[in-house]
Amino acid sequence: MEAYFDNCATTRCYPEVVQIVTKTMVEDYGNPSAMHLKGVEGENYVKNSAKILAGILKVTEKEILFTSGGTESNNLALIGGAIANKRAGNHIITTAVEHAAVSEPVHRLEEMGFEVTILPVDHRGVVSVEALQDALRQDTILVSVMYVNNEIGSVMPIETIAKTVHEKAPKALFHVDAIQGFGKYAIYPKRQGIDLLSVSAHKIHGPKGVGFLYINANAKVQPQILGGGQQAGMRSGTDNVPGIAGLGVAAKKMYDHLEENVAKMYALKAHMAKGLSELQDVVINGMGIEEGAPQILSVSFLGIRSEVLLHTLEDRGIYISAGSACSSHKRKASSTLTAIGMEPAQIECTVRISFSEENTMEEVDYCLQILREVLPILRRYARR
Amino acid sequence: MVFHAFLIKYAEIAIKGKNRYMFEDALVKQMQIALSKVEGEFTVKKEQGRVYVFCPEVYDFDDTVEALLRVFGIVEICPVVIYKDNGLEQTKKDVVEYMRNRHPEFKGSIKVYTRRAKKSYPINSMEVSAQIGEALLNEFENLSVDVHNPDMTISVEIRDKIYVYTDKIKGPGGMPIGTNGKAMLLLSGGIDSPVAGYLISKRGVKLEAVYFHAPPYTSERAKQKVVDLAKLVAKYSGPIRLHVVNFTDIQLYIYDQCPHEELTIIMRRYMMRIAEHIAREDKCLGLITGESIGQVASQTLQSLAATNDVCTLPVYRPVIGFDKQEIVEISKKIDTFETSIQPFEDCCTIFVAKHPVTKPNLKVIRRSEEKLNEKIDELLETAYKTIEVIDID
Repeated sequence: MEAYFDNCATTRCYPEVVQIVTKTMVEDYGNPSAMHLKGVEGENYVKNSAKILAGILKVTEKEILFTSGGTESNNLALIGGAIANKRAGNHIITTAVEHAAVSEPVHRLEEMGFEVTILPVDHRGVVSVEALQDALRQDTILVSVMYVNNEIGSVMPIETIAKTVHEKAPKALFHVDAIQGFGKYAIYPKRQGIDLLSVSAHKIHGPKGVGFLYINANAKVQPQILGGGQQAGMRSGTDNVPGIAGLGVAAKKMYDHLEENVAKMYALKAHMAKGLSELQDVVINGMGIEEGAPQILSVSFLGIRSEVLLHTLEDRGIYISAGSACSSHKRKASSTLTAIGMEPAQIECTVRISFSEENTMEEVDYCLQILREVLPILRRYARR
Repeated sequence: MVFHAFLIKYAEIAIKGKNRYMFEDALVKQMQIALSKVEGEFTVKKEQGRVYVFCPEVYDFDDTVEALLRVFGIVEICPVVIYKDNGLEQTKKDVVEYMRNRHPEFKGSIKVYTRRAKKSYPINSMEVSAQIGEALLNEFENLSVDVHNPDMTISVEIRDKIYVYTDKIKGPGGMPIGTNGKAMLLLSGGIDSPVAGYLISKRGVKLEAVYFHAPPYTSERAKQKVVDLAKLVAKYSGPIRLHVVNFTDIQLYIYDQCPHEELTIIMRRYMMRIAEHIAREDKCLGLITGESIGQVASQTLQSLAATNDVCTLPVYRPVIGFDKQEIVEISKKIDTFETSIQPFEDCCTIFVAKHPVTKPNLKVIRRSEEKLNEKIDELLETAYKTIEVIDID
C-alpha cells in the first residue's frame, strides 16, 4: 500500500488539471500577448482563471496577479509593497513562524534600512494580538502574517489582526501568506481586511510553478519583474498559460467541494491523532485537532530522529515530512518549532503528517499499524 | 584561430626505459576515452616520441582542452596549426601569418625552435630557425631575438607537413590510468575520500569504490550523493565500479553487543574487512581511505592502528598528513566540494557515542569483538550477497 501524507509539500494534480495543461500546451498554445486568433485563445484561459479566482475570493479580476508561485507572490508583496510605500513610513511587522519565503524578504528589507518587528507566538504557534497592538505605529507600512502555519498547522486570527492593523496603522498594508490556507478556508479579503494575499497552485492539486497574488485595487505595490509589460505592467514575462489554466481548474474543483473536502481532512486527521494518542511517547503539537488547520498534524515521536522515522516509513510506502520540506535540506532546527518553545531534543523528533481529501481511512490505519510495528525497534537503537 | 591538432607532452613516462611503450599506449587509450565524450571524431596518434591529437574540421576547442586536462600523464597541451610543406619560402610566410593572427599585439624577445622529424628535409634545423627568425624580424617592429631567455618560443616541427605552435597549457601531470593496477576506495559522502581517490588515481591507479549504506538511518539521498561523487572522481579516474554494501544489520548487531564508546572503531574495522573482501574478489591490490591523522576520534594513530589491524592488503592514505584546509582546496579544484558538503548523515555518525574512545587498546577491542562471534559471519555473508553494484562511467 502507498500512503502519501506529505500534501503540504505538494499535492497530486487533479486529472482535470492535467487535461487542461496538456490542451494549452499542444492545442491552444498561443501567446496571450499575440494579436492573432491563437493569442486570443490563450488569453481566454488566463481571463477565465482570473474570473474563477476572483469569484472564489469575491474580488475583481483585475486584483488577481499571476506569479510563478507562493514564493514569488510573497517576495512581490513584501519587497514591492515596502518600496512602494516607503514615503509613508519605515516600519514592518511580521511573525516568528513565517515561511522562509516571507522571513527572507523581510530580512532583505531590514538590510535595506527598514525597521522590522517580529511578533512572538504562543506554544500553539498562534501570534499574540496584544503584541501586535504594542508593535503597531503610525509609520508601520506593512504587516505580514500567515493564514496557516506550514509546519504545525496553527491558524492565525486573521480578521482580528486585520482590524487591529487598520485601526492603529491606517497607512499599513496587511499581507497574508495563504499558501496553506487557500483551499481549506473560505477567504474573502475585502470582508476580512486583507490587502495582499499569496496563493500557490500546487498545494491544491494544481501545477507547480504557478500561483497568484491578490492585490487590493487601492494597494500600491512596485513591480519587481520588468520587461514586456504583461499583466498591466505589474509582472512582465509571457503568461504561463498552462499553469494559470491549471490553477483555475484546481481552485474551482477545490472550492466547489470545500465543505466536504475539509470535513474529510478533519476526519482523517482526527482518526490519525486518536491512533497516535494510543501510542507511548508520542506528542501532538500545535492547536487542538478541531482548531488547527484540517490538513496538518505535527507529531513528535520522542526518542526517534525524524529523518530515521521518515526513511523507515518510506520503505513501507508511507511518505511524511521531517519538519517542512523546504527546510529539511538544511540541517538547521526549524524556526517555527523553536519559536513555539520546543526543546531541540524534541524538534529533532518532530515530523509533519499532512492530508488531502484524496487520502483514505485505510491509509491512516495502515500508517498506524506500521508505526506500532516499527516504533519499538527504532527506540531500541537510539543514539546513546 | 583554428587549431588543427594538439601536441601532448608527457615528462615522467618518457624516462621509463622499456616500459615506455606501455605507458604511451595507456596514455593514448585514456586520451581516446576522454575525447570520446567530446563531439567530433578525434584521432590520437603516437609519432616518434610524441603524442598528437588530430582534430576534426569542426570541434569545440574549450571542451577538447577540458577533456584533455583530465587525463593523467599529460604535462602540457600545445594547440598546433598545421601548414602544407611548400618549401621554406612558403613556410616563412606561413609563420609570419601565424604570428599576425595568433599574437598580433606581441612585443618582446622570441626564439624560433625547429625540429626536423623528416630528416630528408634539405635544410638543417638551425638554418631553418635562423631564416624564419629573420623573416619575423623583418615583418614585426617590436620583436627581438633572444635564444637563451626568450619571452616566447615559436616551435616549428617539420614532418610531412609543417606544425607551428607557441602556446602551452599546463596538464594535470601524474601517470595514465591503467599503468599501476587497481585499488578499492572507501568512499563516504565526505570531503576527504573523493580527494584520496583522485590523488591515488593520479598515479595511474584504476579505482573501484565501496560505500556503506545504512537504511533507514541513512537516506536514499545520501547514497545518491555518493554516486554523484563517484561520477565526479570518474571524470579523472575513468570508470569506477561502486559497491554499495547494506551495513545496517551489522551496525545494529555491534550496537547491541559491544561497549558503546567502541562502536565507531569496531564498525570501522568491519568496514575495512568488508572492503578488503570485495577488493580481493575484484583483484584490487590495495585499499584507499581519506583518513588524516587526528581529524576525528577514529583517526588518531591508535585508532588507525586498530582499523589497520584487520587488513592484510596495504592501505593507502594519501591525505594522511594534510590539514583539512589543504584537502578542501583539492576538493574544490576537482569539483567535489559542493557535493561533499550536502548535509546528509552518513553511517559513521548515526550512532556515534558522546565520548568515543580515542586511544583504543587493540586487545580490548579484539575481546569486545568476540561478543559478535555468534552471528557476525552470517551477517557478513548476507551483506556480501546483497551488495548492489553500480558501474559509473
